[in-house]
Amino acid sequence: MGIIKTEKLVFEYIRRDEEGNVEGITRAVDEVDLDVKQGDFVAILGHNGSGKSTLAKHINAILYPTEGTVWVDGMDTAKEQNLWEVRQSAGMVFQNPDNQIIGQVVEEDVGFGPENMGVPTAEIWERVEESLKAVGMYEYRKHSPNKLSGGQKQRVSIAGVIAMHPKCIILDEPTAMLDPNGRKEVVRAVRALNAAEGITVVLITHYMEEIIHADKVFVMDKGKVAMQGTPREIFSHVEQLQELRLDVPQVTLLAYELQKSGINMPDGILTIEEFVQSISNCGIRMSAKADR
Amino acid sequence: MPLILDHVDYVYGGDTELAVHALKDVNLVIPDGQFIGLIGHTGSGKSTLVQHLNGLIKPTGGSIYFNGEDIHDDDYDKKKLRSKVGLVFQYPEHQLFEIDVFSDVCFGPKNLGLSKKEVELRAYAALKQVGLEDEFFYQSPFDLSGGQKRRVAIAGVLAMKPDILILDEPTAGLDPKGRDEILDQIDSLHKEMGITVILVSHSMEDVAKYVERIIVMNKGSVLYDGVPKEVFRHYKELEQVGLAAPQVTYIMQALHEKGFPVNTEATTISEARDEILRVLSRA
Repeated sequence: MGIIKTEKLVFEYIRRDEEGNVEGITRAVDEVDLDVKQGDFVAILGHNGSGKSTLAKHINAILYPTEGTVWVDGMDTAKEQNLWEVRQSAGMVFQNPDNQIIGQVVEEDVGFGPENMGVPTAEIWERVEESLKAVGMYEYRKHSPNKLSGGQKQRVSIAGVIAMHPKCIILDEPTAMLDPNGRKEVVRAVRALNAAEGITVVLITHYMEEIIHADKVFVMDKGKVAMQGTPREIFSHVEQLQELRLDVPQVTLLAYELQKSGINMPDGILTIEEFVQSISNCGIRMSAKADR
Repeated sequence: MPLILDHVDYVYGGDTELAVHALKDVNLVIPDGQFIGLIGHTGSGKSTLVQHLNGLIKPTGGSIYFNGEDIHDDDYDKKKLRSKVGLVFQYPEHQLFEIDVFSDVCFGPKNLGLSKKEVELRAYAALKQVGLEDEFFYQSPFDLSGGQKRRVAIAGVLAMKPDILILDEPTAGLDPKGRDEILDQIDSLHKEMGITVILVSHSMEDVAKYVERIIVMNKGSVLYDGVPKEVFRHYKELEQVGLAAPQVTYIMQALHEKGFPVNTEATTISEARDEILRVLSRA
């Protein structure tokens, strides 16, 4: 069993009108089977309302399945005695950094999680130091969080989660409110955690460029997993993704457009290097000088 | 009606040690009917700047003229200014509050003191302009999807019939299709009604696709002001101030470095495609 596993996971909620009468039942997650291996970098895509955040909230027991089961590190999340251990194993980072930071000083904020777990003081400080170093925020440890940029705040939020030594970390649109630099900083920090520390990452995002290095991508639609595969497999289906209200990175789209115009390009190009290589392979290489 | 910023300065916390110079000598002319993109990293002064444009913040130095009148003159009617310069904040759906969609959109024009009929006509027209179907009009705004809520909020500002529409990151948090839908709608408002649009955005791809002029803010000053091609030519400098160019720009640069004689100025997918096809066909 992987670190995160769901079997026929269903989540339904009852819609009520103002008087509290039942209007109907919405099935937000519909028979989802996931299996995430320890150390994987997994991305979840899906349009607004596709059920991806609802799914994510099951992984650290903010929500419980209506039907089916979720296991985190082998523990059934629906069992109350597992609650704290599940939340410690699977940490969550949300969209808005301002809603997640409570400390007056960066290092105090990062220490909040381990302190609540009853970690001895000396070890808390060790964890704060290593967590801040892991996200590249150690030099800001004495700063006030509200003087930081969005990307910096979000990295402090991530440090706060990893100070609890989770086995996996779930990030629900962590870059939605950030500028291009902030987005890059956060994605870089998350990739480093995955590569260097072996922490399993589940990244939910609307920015397609952020997930080209993922091991596996799940695309959600109407509560179900509509597509799954490697980024290259997923991004080879430009039209299907567009139907699901998503898109592909610009470089993939440009290659696809050239393909449609009769140029021989492979499917699912993910990086600029690959793109340039493919154009070169067209065998039409000239020097810039000849043109001038 | 053009908007002119003349040597605008803004300092907050001025008497204390923590004084911050949020805007430094900003000079801009915003003529009628332009579609402008305003970019800059977090803390560069974009939001402070847009709040000056409808008089929410008073500059500590310099003047702002709307249609030739100084908006901070004692006898200037600020209420009228705010109906003419509409500002849609980030996450505007958090400001929805009425019992149904239609009442929410009516709130703005109602406060302009218009007749009930005129208010309703405007609300109806505004909801149509943002592409919301009739079936949603009497639903609670809180039952709508994220993209729909945001459209209702934009309709609330459009119902004031502004000459200038300022949107602070109108697509944050929306899925890619939702982003395109909102921006296409704004683009058609700009084209069909000739309304001036100022789009604050962190997406260089969106800015490149839609706007005709880009203003880049950095440390409270205007760093660049020009057409997208001109501005994105400085992609290295933009990176230094926490921004970037659209990915297409990097693709064209990489091709050029590899020896392909492509013109590196393309900033949108269709321009890049045409340019690459042109070069390939000549070989």
